[in-house]
Amino acid sequence: MIVRKLASVTAVSLASLCYANSSHAEDLTLCWAAWDPANALVELSKDFEKKSGHSMNFEFVPWPNFADRMLNELNSGGKLCDLLIGDSQWIGGGAENGHYVKLNDFFDSEGISMDDFAPATVYAYSTWPKGTPNYYALPAMGDANGWFYRKDWFGRDDIKAAYKEATGEELGEPKTQKEMLQIAQFFQGREIDGKKVYGAAIFTERGSEGITMGATSALYPWGFKYENTPGKYDMEGAVNSAEAVEALEFYKEFYKTATPPGYTNSYMGESLDAFKSGQVAMAMNWFAFFPGLYADPDTGGDKIDFFVNPPQNQAGSTLGGQGISVVSYSEKKDASLEYIKWFADPAIQAQWWSMGGYSAHNSVLKGDGFTESAPFAGDFLKAMENVQDFWQEPTYAELLLAMQKRIHDYVVADKGTAQEALDMLIEDWTEVFEDEGKL
Amino acid sequence: MTIDRLASATPVRVARKIKGLSDRAIAWIFVGPTIFLLLAINIFPLIWTINLSFTNYKANRINREVKYIGLRNYERILGDSDIWLSMQATAHFLFWTLFFQVLLGFALAWLINRKFRGNDLWTTIIVLPMMLSPAVVGNFWTFLYQPQIGLFNYIIAFFTGADPSSFEMLGSVDLAPWSIVIVDTWMWTPFVMLICLAGLRSIPDYIYEAAEIDRASKLRQFFTITIPMVLPFLMLAVLFRGIENFKMFDLVVQLTGGGPGSVTEMASINLKREAFEKWRTGYSSAFAIILFVTVFGLASIYVKALNKVKER
Repeated sequence: MIVRKLASVTAVSLASLCYANSSHAEDLTLCWAAWDPANALVELSKDFEKKSGHSMNFEFVPWPNFADRMLNELNSGGKLCDLLIGDSQWIGGGAENGHYVKLNDFFDSEGISMDDFAPATVYAYSTWPKGTPNYYALPAMGDANGWFYRKDWFGRDDIKAAYKEATGEELGEPKTQKEMLQIAQFFQGREIDGKKVYGAAIFTERGSEGITMGATSALYPWGFKYENTPGKYDMEGAVNSAEAVEALEFYKEFYKTATPPGYTNSYMGESLDAFKSGQVAMAMNWFAFFPGLYADPDTGGDKIDFFVNPPQNQAGSTLGGQGISVVSYSEKKDASLEYIKWFADPAIQAQWWSMGGYSAHNSVLKGDGFTESAPFAGDFLKAMENVQDFWQEPTYAELLLAMQKRIHDYVVADKGTAQEALDMLIEDWTEVFEDEGKL
Repeated sequence: MTIDRLASATPVRVARKIKGLSDRAIAWIFVGPTIFLLLAINIFPLIWTINLSFTNYKANRINREVKYIGLRNYERILGDSDIWLSMQATAHFLFWTLFFQVLLGFALAWLINRKFRGNDLWTTIIVLPMMLSPAVVGNFWTFLYQPQIGLFNYIIAFFTGADPSSFEMLGSVDLAPWSIVIVDTWMWTPFVMLICLAGLRSIPDYIYEAAEIDRASKLRQFFTITIPMVLPFLMLAVLFRGIENFKMFDLVVQLTGGGPGSVTEMASINLKREAFEKWRTGYSSAFAIILFVTVFGLASIYVKALNKVKER
């Protein structure tokens, strides 16, 4: 009898212990792209593990496969990710298809205010429908497409003199898109220290989002708009405006006359390679990579400097960056929300910035000395003031792939004119919106 | 006596031993799992795909109402110029890879079939490319084709005197379709060679000896003995490679990703984009059915022709 009682007590104790462990110490999996900031987040999250008792696992997927892999996971109701730092364009699909947990109640109960974050990032990374106070993510990683250049080359007297002679202007950080092209053309094929160098590395990748992100960096400064009236999907005259056509022709000219040979399918990795191997004078890439570039022993430090995407008719930068969401299929939502609460803490946000992540928290961005904290910090702030994002509709993938095709066909494959490419893009997008019943 | 022995050796019907089960039932027990698997992984998906091809279903929009839209997906596909361009790209790739692989594969087999020292070593070296993964092949050919550091460009430049970085195999609209043909030919010619070699080695020596006695020239022996007797093997190789190349995906994705623009976007790449990137499940199902019918139809006609050649 005693033995039976002891056995029962032991069984109940063990069961309680197991339950206690499962409810208090969870194994959380955070999914993101495989890149420099992700490594910083692994380090940062050790603090969360220490404070919460939960353990963190990470699933990082290389950028070219990130969307494919993660959207497949979400669409199949997969339980791999408890937390997902998903691209800004996924927010519409994440919200409408029920992949992301709506965070309003949680934010209210925990006193997390979206007013504490940069408005552009809240708008782009968190809200759906756009601009409404319905939050499906916390801004996690502010980002935009920017530029970096060989400061050491730009500072050399012989090169400055040659530029002055060739253009009649002083060589320096470009103030407009056209000036940037002029500088890139000046460097194209030039011999520096016995090595042939090229103007700039730009995005031309076909498969995922590369050429769209690159071309919009020209389209936005020219004044490109997706719709004449926001929310009406009236694209005729906006997408194919005279300014948009000129911007696309400009991007093609840039590609044809000022980029290294063979860069027909290049994105983030290729841009970094071209710069680090000393092939190009300038390159475009996401601000997320700038800390790593600055720290590079060969081309970083005093050899590199950064500038925001130059304006033309107006200022404009292509938005990158992501918000962090709780996946609705996760069985560990409470622990995941704990992570979001921890991450929203201003002290953690400050640490995030110091470790190489781009915080979107006002306490960091408006803090004393932020602009001096890194050589690209001021440019980052400037960029975030004028960012524009691609469609964030649930059908964003269809819209994106259509643009990838039309732009690549025109810029790289010499098919048709800029006007035709943009006209056909409107046709493609109209078909998508008609299918969705939005037109 | 013999008949009696045979009769006694015949086992008692199994069904009698297992009460209540006929021979037919036992046969079904054995065949059943295989048939079930076939139905589950081949027939059911096919029927389901046909069903989906008449709908507006999108696998990423689970909350959206699924509507039957008749033949609209088929109409859109057949009227879509991009689809026809991808079919053209597939046809170009298919025709030229088969042409070069048959030509070179047969030539190599004919040479390897000669008796010479190091014959086995050369055979092993030649078949190495087909043992590699297409992903690996795609990656290293991307480097070989690199205009600034690529070996391929340097070799061409060495013979032509052109600047190595003056042409881009993967980035040029004119050269990219040929660049993928070159890589596929490099990789799969050994496969055709092996099949042709089997054909050549199956020809009995006495046929050539008889031809020699009849004073037939080497050229005549080649056209009247070698080619006809290897033809069934060659046709089999064409069938295998044709089906494989019709659905070519991995190698081309590694090399060009379908670019520049869409000039190397094969039907399979287009299908994958529609199905798993744009998530137009109904539309892509219709496209898959069209491709299936095309391959199935062409393969059936071809197999009939192959059987006729064999019967000769």
